[in-house]
Amino acid sequence: MLAAQPLAVEYTAASGALSTAWLLIALPALGAVVLLLLGRRADKWGHLLGCATVGISFVLGLWYFFTLRGLGNRSVSLDLYTLIISGNFKVNAGLLYDPLSAVFVLLITGVGFLIHVYSVGYMKDDPGRRRFFAYLNLFVAAMLLLVLGNSFLGLYFGWEGVGLASYLLIAFWYYKPEAATAAKKAFIMNRVGDVGLALAIFILFATLGSVSYQDVFSGVGRMSTTTVTAVTLLLLLGACGKSGQFPLQAWLPDAMEGPTPVSALIHAATMVTAGVYLIARANPLYNASHTGQLVVCSIGAITLLIGCIIGCAKDDIKRILAYSTVSQIGYMFLAVGLGGGAYAAGILHLLTHGFFKAGLFLGAGSVMHGMKDQVNIRRFGGLAKYMPITAATFGIGYLAIIGIPPLSGFFSKDPIIEHAFDRPGWTGWLFGGIALVGAGLTAFYMTRLMVLTFFGKPRWTEDIKHPHESPPSMTVAMIVLAVGSVAAGGLLAFHNALANWLNPVFGGATEQTPAEVAHKIPALAVTALVLVFVLAGVALAVVIFREGTAPQEQPARSVLVRAARANLYADAFNEAVFMRPGQWLARALVYVDNRGIDGLVNGLAAAVGGGSARLRRLQTGFVRSYALTMLGGAFLVVAALLVVRLG
Amino acid sequence: MSEQLILAADKIAAPSISYWALLPMLILLGAATVGVLVEAFVPRSARHPVQVAVAGLGLLASLVAVVALAVGDHARTGTTFGIKTAPNVVVIDGPALLLQGTIALLGLISVLLIAERSLEPGGPFVANAAVVAGSPTDREHSASADSQTEVFPLTVFALAGMMLFVAANDLLLMFVALEVLSLPLYLLCGLARRRRLISQEAAVKYFLLGSFASAFFLYGVALIYGYANTVTLSGIRTAIDESPSNDLLLLLGLGMLVIGLLFKAGVAPFHQWTPDVYQGAPTPITALMASVTKVAAFGAIMRVLYVAFQSVRWDWRPIMIGIAIISMLLGSILAVTQTDIKRLLAYSSIANAGFILTGVVALTPAGVSSSLFYLIAYGFTTVAAFALVMLVRDADGEATHLSRWAGLGRRSPVFAGVFTFVMLAFAGIPLTSGFSSKFAVFSAAAGGGAVSLVIVGVIASMILAFPYLRVIVLMYLNEPAPNGPDIVIPGLYTSFALTVGVAITLVLGVYPGWALDLANRASEFVR
Repeated sequence: MLAAQPLAVEYTAASGALSTAWLLIALPALGAVVLLLLGRRADKWGHLLGCATVGISFVLGLWYFFTLRGLGNRSVSLDLYTLIISGNFKVNAGLLYDPLSAVFVLLITGVGFLIHVYSVGYMKDDPGRRRFFAYLNLFVAAMLLLVLGNSFLGLYFGWEGVGLASYLLIAFWYYKPEAATAAKKAFIMNRVGDVGLALAIFILFATLGSVSYQDVFSGVGRMSTTTVTAVTLLLLLGACGKSGQFPLQAWLPDAMEGPTPVSALIHAATMVTAGVYLIARANPLYNASHTGQLVVCSIGAITLLIGCIIGCAKDDIKRILAYSTVSQIGYMFLAVGLGGGAYAAGILHLLTHGFFKAGLFLGAGSVMHGMKDQVNIRRFGGLAKYMPITAATFGIGYLAIIGIPPLSGFFSKDPIIEHAFDRPGWTGWLFGGIALVGAGLTAFYMTRLMVLTFFGKPRWTEDIKHPHESPPSMTVAMIVLAVGSVAAGGLLAFHNALANWLNPVFGGATEQTPAEVAHKIPALAVTALVLVFVLAGVALAVVIFREGTAPQEQPARSVLVRAARANLYADAFNEAVFMRPGQWLARALVYVDNRGIDGLVNGLAAAVGGGSARLRRLQTGFVRSYALTMLGGAFLVVAALLVVRLG
Repeated sequence: MSEQLILAADKIAAPSISYWALLPMLILLGAATVGVLVEAFVPRSARHPVQVAVAGLGLLASLVAVVALAVGDHARTGTTFGIKTAPNVVVIDGPALLLQGTIALLGLISVLLIAERSLEPGGPFVANAAVVAGSPTDREHSASADSQTEVFPLTVFALAGMMLFVAANDLLLMFVALEVLSLPLYLLCGLARRRRLISQEAAVKYFLLGSFASAFFLYGVALIYGYANTVTLSGIRTAIDESPSNDLLLLLGLGMLVIGLLFKAGVAPFHQWTPDVYQGAPTPITALMASVTKVAAFGAIMRVLYVAFQSVRWDWRPIMIGIAIISMLLGSILAVTQTDIKRLLAYSSIANAGFILTGVVALTPAGVSSSLFYLIAYGFTTVAAFALVMLVRDADGEATHLSRWAGLGRRSPVFAGVFTFVMLAFAGIPLTSGFSSKFAVFSAAAGGGAVSLVIVGVIASMILAFPYLRVIVLMYLNEPAPNGPDIVIPGLYTSFALTVGVAITLVLGVYPGWALDLANRASEFVR
């Protein structure tokens, strides 16, 4: 047991300013409802309303954040609604505003607001802009519900809500077949994960009779180890689905068919990190299950490697970023799986990633905006001259993600690698090694992306004459995010600010005094090693791609390249392992269903329908037969009464 | 000797009638009488608004009187209410007041539906009922903006009868109330403006079968009188307690009595009039019958069973459980193949009658309160459903055949949205009154030991969810029919009735606590 003593989970009731915390969710939800209900009447000002609701939510979030800082017990719960039908049936719905949800609220509304503003320019010529903002608002509301709910049920509602919003937004250009297919893929793979989450919630309810965080976390001690492990693994399945982790990672890169702001907000900065939130939130459960933690670490390590390798082989600017997202979330999973002080490191990486990845995606969107929506980096090159702001902000994001000090990625990725090495036993060496190699690979493919897009000679297609910089409404958001990418990491890591802030959530595990932590390898050595790997990756990429590259994809010379280009055969794997047997199973089931179960399941419906049709004939419409039925009924009733009494 | 004489004389002088307690019913009977006078003295052109005002204000005043009685009584006695008045034949107790209030409120919104004239010229009622259907004069009249305004006093008479029905503590008075409520309903069924023949057929069927059922009831009263030598419910109770012997008369009488009541409540196997009459009657009258009549009939069933026959409950309980099972299964299975929305709702009402019986046989206070709650919840949802049915119209009046409803979701999303909500409430989806009421009766029945009944109930509600969901699928996923029906924008009256029905359905789903609490406090019958 890592944290043997059971947590004293005490939430104080909200009062004062915090009792209005529901406004955070209500405002964007209201925006979505208004925009959807008013329809075309709101076309003129719909985007402004969308921005305003999220902007106000952000301001409120700041206000609540500072209010929370002044409190003694920083876990505030807010009961909103109780459904009681009888004594033993009670459903509570409420919010929990604590340090963890507070930082998520700021991330979601802050980055969300910037991306709303960016979308005003990006979607300017799209006839469906109002609908787009309605869905974005819906997403923000659902995501806030996900992080603010005070029970697994509230989380589940938000979870399904963001799934719906994500589906609607990936398929926003539903007339594109790829977009429609991608949306379907995302939907189905998320269902697989959601089944896990739902089962976990059922088990919790069956064992503890409640799904509120308070009851579950204080009841961990009453659950058997097997149950806890089962719950953690099922929760992990849900987290993998939502966060695009192995083996459910294939939908996330396809989701890039949606508009770029969606990729930035939902599929980079916020929604896909919901899995990390889930595991961090359920930390008392994971702390009680070694197996659960080990599996989380393994999934994170595998995924971070997969994402890096495939990222090296892709030519589509958004897909490279998507695989980079998959891989970075792998780092976060690794961190929250390690437990203890690494929880805070994971959340820190989540926050900084939110800044630089959103910035990178917005930069990619800006490049596409200037290059007639092309995405192939082989046909870019030399764009820094034409898009200086985009190049500069993208460059800052790039430096941040590969972890060059003192940019934010350095402060968040480095501790994760240190913690990984600190894990006892050989698994520590393994996870640390993978994280280290991943850092090098990240540097390689991101440098490739950077060099091929912004430097070297232009390799544009014939129809592009003068690429142009994007309008200010777009660049402003990129600049703000770039500033965040520079500063956020340092500020949050300064004196362990974030770790200390999050301390109550993780039951005292993240409050570290550096002197007490005994490292297997000295921290400085790890940092130096990471930098060596990163610089090697950068140098290698610069050497290879300095002169640009061929405008077409070259035949793959090695097995690894071929595999990476085929997404490490994840799609083929899915097809072979899930789809084909699934189809086969479906066909077999249909056969069995037609022959055997027809008499049972379908047959039951048929029996009901047939019985209904037959019984209908009793309804002849003749009064005499009705009267006869009544008389028969009367005889029955009286006879039955006598039988009961006499028999 | 002389003292005894004086005492006896006191007793004879004593029959004080608490007119205060009878006020809600007196107001309604008064309003109905005024309505009859209006027919005689007010010129034809002004009758409709005057009648609406008289009926509406009468019901409103009656509702206020019920509330005042309940509040005043509560203040006076503390926890329980209960006035026996008009020497022992009328009881104003908790269930009676709650049911009377429900009847007044549901009656009020039904009267609003009856009064609606904006959907078609002259409203849903025939211009001149005495003209032979299909004759040239009839065709002439059918386009006129007149209608039989006698429907208002008739409706109010029926409602007054229902109020008396749930408060009657005497079988003979109960029979009188039964006839006062039934006779106007028979008439009202035959007054539809469109499809007059089917409407008149419904009226005749209802009348014939209703008389048959009344005969059963009366025969039961006679047998019970033969057994107990009294017709007051408390007297019957005492008689049963004092002679515990098996008595054929008692059981036969009880059976007959119950049959008469079950007929009015539309419980299988005494249900067969329901689909034909619900379909043929003018839709506002169907709404009235499906909601208010059901409330009144179940009120009387519970009073008879709980007050008079409490001591022989182990005799009638198995039979009522059997009847509940038959009603739930038959109603839900038959609902599956219906193609007409009014018939679908009729079969659903049969199944729902079974669900209410589930609460009744629990034989616990929770059983009574959950049945009362179910009646209230179901009544308002039903009125809303029929109000919505009134809005789907084509050239022939209401388009009730379900094939005509295909694709309505695309053509009028608001209508389809509201109707979907009502269907989901019927299907018992959480956060609607359908869920909380079903949950309440099932948990009461399980608490009362009738677990098998609950299992059948859950199965029946699963079967019943199918036809409801089918309507939703039909509205949203099917291609709209060419030259399909239009959704008429409802007038003020219908909008109000609809809003009340839907709002109460939602409120009882989201915050059922207060209503359950009210039903709990009103669940004790005075014996």
